[in-house]
Amino acid sequence: MTITDDHVPIALRTEALEQLLTERELVDPSLLDRFISMYENDVGPMNGAKVVARAWTDPEYRTWLLEDGTAAIGELGFKGPQGEVIEVVENTSDVHNVVVCTLCSCYPWPILGLPPGWYKDPAYRSRMAREPRSLLAEMGLELDDDIELRVHDSSSEVRYMVLPQRPEGTDDLSEDELAALVTRDAMVGVALVEPPS
Amino acid sequence: MRAADPSLLPVDGLAAPPRSNGELVFEEPWESRAFGMAFALADRGVFTWDEFQQSLIAAISDWERARGDDDWSYYRCWLAALERLVQERELLSSSDVDARAVALHQRPAGHDH
Repeated sequence: MTITDDHVPIALRTEALEQLLTERELVDPSLLDRFISMYENDVGPMNGAKVVARAWTDPEYRTWLLEDGTAAIGELGFKGPQGEVIEVVENTSDVHNVVVCTLCSCYPWPILGLPPGWYKDPAYRSRMAREPRSLLAEMGLELDDDIELRVHDSSSEVRYMVLPQRPEGTDDLSEDELAALVTRDAMVGVALVEPPS
Repeated sequence: MRAADPSLLPVDGLAAPPRSNGELVFEEPWESRAFGMAFALADRGVFTWDEFQQSLIAAISDWERARGDDDWSYYRCWLAALERLVQERELLSSSDVDARAVALHQRPAGHDH
Protein backbone atom coordinates (compact mmCIF):
# COMPACT_ATOMS: atom_id res chain seq x y z
CA MET A 1 0.00 0.00 0.00
CA THR A 2 1.30 3.38 -0.87
CA ILE A 3 0.39 4.84 2.46
CA THR A 4 2.59 2.66 4.59
CA ASP A 5 5.84 2.84 2.68
CA ASP A 6 7.20 6.26 3.52
CA HIS A 7 8.55 8.08 6.46
CA VAL A 8 5.73 10.50 6.82
CA PRO A 9 3.48 9.65 9.76
CA ILE A 10 0.03 8.53 8.73
CA ALA A 11 -1.55 11.31 10.75
CA LEU A 12 0.16 13.83 8.45
CA ARG A 13 -0.89 11.98 5.35
CA THR A 14 -4.48 12.13 6.59
CA GLU A 15 -4.10 15.82 7.33
CA ALA A 16 -2.63 16.36 3.84
CA LEU A 17 -5.60 14.61 2.27
CA GLU A 18 -8.06 16.64 4.30
CA GLN A 19 -6.30 19.91 3.38
CA LEU A 20 -6.28 19.10 -0.33
CA LEU A 21 -9.91 17.99 -0.34
CA THR A 22 -10.86 21.09 1.61
CA GLU A 23 -9.00 23.36 -0.82
CA ARG A 24 -10.87 21.74 -3.68
CA GLU A 25 -14.09 22.26 -1.77
CA LEU A 26 -14.82 18.56 -1.71
CA VAL A 27 -15.01 18.39 2.04
CA ASP A 28 -15.84 20.95 4.65
CA PRO A 29 -13.90 20.46 7.91
CA SER A 30 -16.84 21.62 10.00
CA LEU A 31 -19.05 19.05 8.28
CA LEU A 32 -16.43 16.44 9.12
CA ASP A 33 -16.67 17.45 12.75
CA ARG A 34 -20.41 17.04 12.53
CA PHE A 35 -20.19 13.55 11.06
CA ILE A 36 -17.76 12.50 13.76
CA SER A 37 -19.79 14.01 16.56
CA MET A 38 -22.95 12.51 15.10
CA TYR A 39 -21.42 9.14 15.82
CA GLU A 40 -20.17 10.22 19.17
CA ASN A 41 -23.26 12.07 20.38
CA ASP A 42 -26.24 12.55 18.18
CA VAL A 43 -27.26 9.48 16.23
CA GLY A 44 -27.50 7.22 19.22
CA PRO A 45 -29.23 9.39 21.79
CA MET A 46 -31.75 10.50 19.18
CA ASN A 47 -32.63 6.88 18.51
CA GLY A 48 -33.09 6.22 22.21
CA ALA A 49 -35.08 9.43 22.59
CA LYS A 50 -37.50 8.28 19.89
CA VAL A 51 -38.02 5.04 21.77
CA VAL A 52 -38.74 6.97 24.99
CA ALA A 53 -41.13 9.40 23.31
CA ARG A 54 -43.04 6.53 21.72
CA ALA A 55 -43.35 4.80 25.09
CA TRP A 56 -44.63 8.02 26.67
CA THR A 57 -47.34 8.47 24.07
CA ASP A 58 -48.34 4.88 23.32
CA PRO A 59 -49.25 2.75 26.39
CA GLU A 60 -49.24 -0.48 24.42
CA TYR A 61 -45.77 0.24 23.10
CA ARG A 62 -44.62 1.07 26.62
CA THR A 63 -45.85 -2.29 27.93
CA TRP A 64 -44.14 -4.09 25.07
CA LEU A 65 -40.92 -2.13 25.57
CA LEU A 66 -40.73 -3.10 29.23
CA GLU A 67 -41.53 -6.73 28.49
CA ASP A 68 -39.26 -7.20 25.48
CA GLY A 69 -37.00 -4.20 24.95
CA THR A 70 -35.03 -5.82 22.14
CA ALA A 71 -38.12 -6.48 20.02
CA ALA A 72 -39.87 -3.18 20.76
CA ILE A 73 -36.72 -1.20 19.95
CA GLY A 74 -36.18 -3.32 16.85
CA GLU A 75 -39.67 -2.34 15.73
CA LEU A 76 -38.45 1.25 15.40
CA GLY A 77 -35.53 0.07 13.28
CA PHE A 78 -32.78 0.01 15.91
CA LYS A 79 -30.94 -3.20 16.60
CA GLY A 80 -28.57 -4.34 19.29
CA PRO A 81 -24.89 -4.06 18.36
CA GLN A 82 -24.30 -7.77 17.96
CA GLY A 83 -27.66 -9.16 18.80
CA GLU A 84 -27.46 -8.45 22.51
CA VAL A 85 -30.57 -8.16 24.57
CA ILE A 86 -31.62 -4.64 25.45
CA GLU A 87 -33.59 -4.45 28.65
CA VAL A 88 -35.53 -1.30 29.44
CA VAL A 89 -36.13 -0.34 33.06
CA GLU A 90 -38.74 2.23 34.00
CA ASN A 91 -38.38 5.13 36.42
CA THR A 92 -41.45 5.87 38.51
CA SER A 93 -42.19 8.18 41.40
CA ASP A 94 -40.95 5.41 43.74
CA VAL A 95 -38.09 3.84 41.81
CA HIS A 96 -35.08 5.34 40.06
CA ASN A 97 -32.87 3.24 37.81
CA VAL A 98 -29.29 3.87 36.78
CA VAL A 99 -27.00 1.92 34.48
CA VAL A 100 -23.33 1.12 34.85
CA CYS A 101 -20.95 -1.45 33.46
CA THR A 102 -18.72 -2.39 36.35
CA LEU A 103 -16.44 -4.61 34.28
CA CYS A 104 -15.81 -2.48 31.23
CA SER A 105 -18.10 -0.13 29.36
CA CYS A 106 -20.92 -2.14 27.82
CA TYR A 107 -23.42 0.30 26.45
CA PRO A 108 -26.42 0.08 24.10
CA TRP A 109 -24.70 2.20 21.46
CA PRO A 110 -27.21 1.83 18.58
CA ILE A 111 -29.75 3.66 20.69
CA LEU A 112 -27.50 5.79 22.89
CA GLY A 113 -24.53 6.42 20.60
CA LEU A 114 -20.96 6.31 21.83
CA PRO A 115 -20.67 6.30 25.60
CA PRO A 116 -19.53 9.49 27.27
CA GLY A 117 -16.04 9.57 28.75
CA TRP A 118 -17.28 9.39 32.34
CA TYR A 119 -19.17 6.17 31.65
CA LYS A 120 -15.85 4.45 30.99
CA ASP A 121 -14.17 6.05 33.95
CA PRO A 122 -13.09 3.54 36.63
CA ALA A 123 -14.35 5.89 39.36
CA TYR A 124 -17.87 5.96 37.88
CA ARG A 125 -17.87 2.22 37.41
CA SER A 126 -16.80 1.36 40.93
CA ARG A 127 -18.60 4.13 42.80
CA MET A 128 -21.92 3.56 41.02
CA ALA A 129 -21.84 0.04 42.41
CA ARG A 130 -20.68 1.06 45.88
CA GLU A 131 -22.24 4.43 46.65
CA PRO A 132 -24.66 5.30 43.86
CA ARG A 133 -26.69 7.84 45.80
CA SER A 134 -23.78 10.08 46.65
CA LEU A 135 -22.26 9.72 43.19
CA LEU A 136 -25.57 10.73 41.58
CA ALA A 137 -25.77 13.73 43.91
CA GLU A 138 -22.29 14.77 42.80
CA MET A 139 -23.45 14.46 39.20
CA GLY A 140 -26.31 16.80 39.98
CA LEU A 141 -29.13 14.38 40.70
CA GLU A 142 -30.34 14.50 44.30
CA LEU A 143 -32.80 11.72 45.00
CA ASP A 144 -35.14 11.71 47.98
CA ASP A 145 -34.29 9.04 50.51
CA ASP A 146 -37.64 7.33 50.04
CA ILE A 147 -36.98 6.67 46.36
CA GLU A 148 -35.65 3.20 45.79
CA LEU A 149 -32.47 3.24 43.74
CA ARG A 150 -31.73 0.31 41.46
CA VAL A 151 -28.33 -0.02 39.82
CA HIS A 152 -28.15 -2.20 36.71
CA ASP A 153 -24.86 -3.70 35.67
CA SER A 154 -24.65 -3.99 31.90
CA SER A 155 -22.82 -6.88 30.37
CA SER A 156 -22.01 -8.08 26.90
CA GLU A 157 -25.22 -10.13 27.00
CA VAL A 158 -27.68 -7.63 28.44
CA ARG A 159 -27.55 -3.89 27.97
CA TYR A 160 -29.85 -1.64 29.91
CA MET A 161 -31.64 1.53 28.99
CA VAL A 162 -33.62 3.65 31.43
CA LEU A 163 -37.11 4.79 30.50
CA PRO A 164 -37.22 8.16 32.27
CA GLN A 165 -40.36 9.71 33.73
CA ARG A 166 -42.26 12.02 31.46
CA PRO A 167 -41.96 15.52 32.89
CA GLU A 168 -44.99 17.47 34.10
CA GLY A 169 -46.60 19.96 31.80
CA THR A 170 -45.86 18.12 28.57
CA ASP A 171 -49.39 16.93 27.74
CA ASP A 172 -49.61 19.12 24.68
CA LEU A 173 -46.30 18.13 23.13
CA SER A 174 -46.04 15.93 20.06
CA GLU A 175 -43.95 12.77 19.99
CA ASP A 176 -41.14 14.61 18.17
CA GLU A 177 -41.22 17.46 20.66
CA LEU A 178 -41.06 14.98 23.52
CA ALA A 179 -38.11 13.17 21.92
CA ALA A 180 -36.21 16.45 21.79
CA LEU A 181 -36.42 16.69 25.59
CA VAL A 182 -34.85 13.29 26.22
CA THR A 183 -31.14 13.32 26.93
CA ARG A 184 -28.52 10.63 26.91
CA ASP A 185 -27.90 11.17 30.61
CA ALA A 186 -31.57 10.57 31.40
CA MET A 187 -31.46 7.25 29.54
CA VAL A 188 -28.39 6.19 31.51
CA GLY A 189 -30.18 7.31 34.65
CA VAL A 190 -27.82 10.01 35.89
CA ALA A 191 -30.31 12.81 35.18
CA LEU A 192 -34.04 13.43 34.90
CA VAL A 193 -35.82 14.71 31.80
CA GLU A 194 -36.48 18.38 32.37
CA PRO A 195 -39.70 20.02 31.22
CA PRO A 196 -39.33 22.47 28.32
CA SER A 197 -38.08 25.81 29.53
CA MET B 1 -26.60 13.33 6.11
CA ARG B 2 -28.22 10.02 5.30
CA ALA B 3 -24.82 8.55 4.47
CA ALA B 4 -23.93 8.64 8.16
CA ASP B 5 -26.16 5.78 9.08
CA PRO B 6 -24.48 3.56 11.68
CA SER B 7 -26.18 0.49 10.27
CA LEU B 8 -23.99 0.93 7.18
CA LEU B 9 -20.97 -0.11 9.19
CA PRO B 10 -20.49 -3.86 9.37
CA VAL B 11 -20.06 -5.33 12.85
CA ASP B 12 -18.24 -8.52 11.93
CA GLY B 13 -15.21 -9.40 9.88
CA LEU B 14 -12.13 -7.46 8.87
CA ALA B 15 -14.23 -4.78 7.16
CA ALA B 16 -15.85 -3.88 10.47
CA PRO B 17 -14.42 -0.88 12.32
CA PRO B 18 -12.72 -1.52 15.66
CA ARG B 19 -15.18 -1.66 18.47
CA SER B 20 -14.83 -2.25 22.14
CA ASN B 21 -17.92 -4.02 23.38
CA GLY B 22 -19.77 -2.66 20.40
CA GLU B 23 -18.55 0.92 20.60
CA LEU B 24 -16.57 2.51 17.81
CA VAL B 25 -13.04 3.17 18.90
CA PHE B 26 -10.66 5.76 17.53
CA GLU B 27 -7.20 5.27 18.92
CA GLU B 28 -5.78 8.45 17.42
CA PRO B 29 -7.36 11.67 16.16
CA TRP B 30 -6.38 11.08 12.52
CA GLU B 31 -8.53 7.96 12.50
CA SER B 32 -11.64 9.97 13.25
CA ARG B 33 -10.72 12.47 10.49
CA ALA B 34 -10.34 9.66 7.96
CA PHE B 35 -13.63 8.23 9.19
CA GLY B 36 -15.40 11.57 8.79
CA MET B 37 -13.92 12.23 5.32
CA ALA B 38 -15.40 9.02 3.93
CA PHE B 39 -18.86 9.96 5.18
CA ALA B 40 -18.51 13.54 3.94
CA LEU B 41 -17.48 12.45 0.44
CA ALA B 42 -20.22 9.83 0.26
CA ASP B 43 -22.74 12.40 1.44
CA ARG B 44 -21.57 14.73 -1.28
CA GLY B 45 -22.00 12.00 -3.89
CA VAL B 46 -18.29 11.72 -4.78
CA PHE B 47 -18.80 7.99 -4.36
CA THR B 48 -21.56 5.80 -3.03
CA TRP B 49 -21.30 4.10 0.31
CA ASP B 50 -21.27 0.76 -1.43
CA GLU B 51 -18.31 1.85 -3.55
CA PHE B 52 -16.47 2.86 -0.42
CA GLN B 53 -17.16 -0.50 1.20
CA GLN B 54 -15.84 -2.30 -1.88
CA SER B 55 -12.73 -0.14 -1.88
CA LEU B 56 -12.23 -0.85 1.81
CA ILE B 57 -12.54 -4.59 1.28
CA ALA B 58 -10.00 -4.36 -1.55
CA ALA B 59 -7.58 -2.38 0.63
CA ILE B 60 -7.90 -4.99 3.38
CA SER B 61 -7.20 -7.77 0.86
CA ASP B 62 -4.11 -5.91 -0.29
CA TRP B 63 -2.90 -5.66 3.25
CA GLU B 64 -3.51 -9.36 3.85
CA ARG B 65 -1.58 -10.28 0.73
CA ALA B 66 1.34 -8.01 1.54
CA ARG B 67 1.52 -8.86 5.26
CA GLY B 68 4.65 -6.81 5.73
CA ASP B 69 5.93 -5.77 9.09
CA ASP B 70 2.99 -3.49 9.67
CA ASP B 71 0.64 -4.32 12.46
CA TRP B 72 -2.97 -4.58 11.46
CA SER B 73 -4.56 -1.17 11.38
CA TYR B 74 -8.13 -0.87 10.27
CA TYR B 75 -7.93 2.86 9.67
CA ARG B 76 -4.77 2.57 7.56
CA CYS B 77 -6.85 0.42 5.23
CA TRP B 78 -9.72 2.90 5.53
CA LEU B 79 -7.42 5.74 4.47
CA ALA B 80 -6.00 3.66 1.59
CA ALA B 81 -9.56 2.92 0.41
CA LEU B 82 -10.39 6.61 0.57
CA GLU B 83 -7.28 7.64 -1.38
CA ARG B 84 -7.88 5.01 -4.00
CA LEU B 85 -11.38 6.28 -4.72
CA VAL B 86 -10.28 9.90 -4.78
CA GLN B 87 -7.55 8.96 -7.29
CA GLU B 88 -9.94 6.90 -9.40
CA ARG B 89 -12.26 9.89 -9.57
CA GLU B 90 -9.20 11.92 -10.63
CA LEU B 91 -9.80 14.42 -7.89
CA LEU B 92 -6.29 14.09 -6.53
CA SER B 93 -3.22 12.08 -7.48
CA SER B 94 -1.10 10.08 -5.12
CA SER B 95 1.78 12.48 -5.71
CA ASP B 96 -0.41 15.44 -4.71
CA VAL B 97 -0.95 13.83 -1.35
CA ASP B 98 2.70 12.76 -1.05
CA ALA B 99 3.90 16.27 -1.69
CA ARG B 100 1.54 17.85 0.82
CA ALA B 101 2.31 15.23 3.46
CA VAL B 102 6.03 15.82 3.07
CA ALA B 103 5.49 19.56 3.31
CA LEU B 104 3.52 19.10 6.52
CA HIS B 105 6.25 16.84 7.85
CA GLN B 106 8.79 19.58 7.32
CA ARG B 107 6.92 22.05 9.47
CA PRO B 108 8.83 23.31 12.47
CA ALA B 109 8.82 20.97 15.46
CA GLY B 110 5.81 21.29 17.66
CA HIS B 111 3.34 21.42 14.83
CA ASP B 112 3.03 17.71 14.33
CA HIS B 113 0.12 16.33 16.22
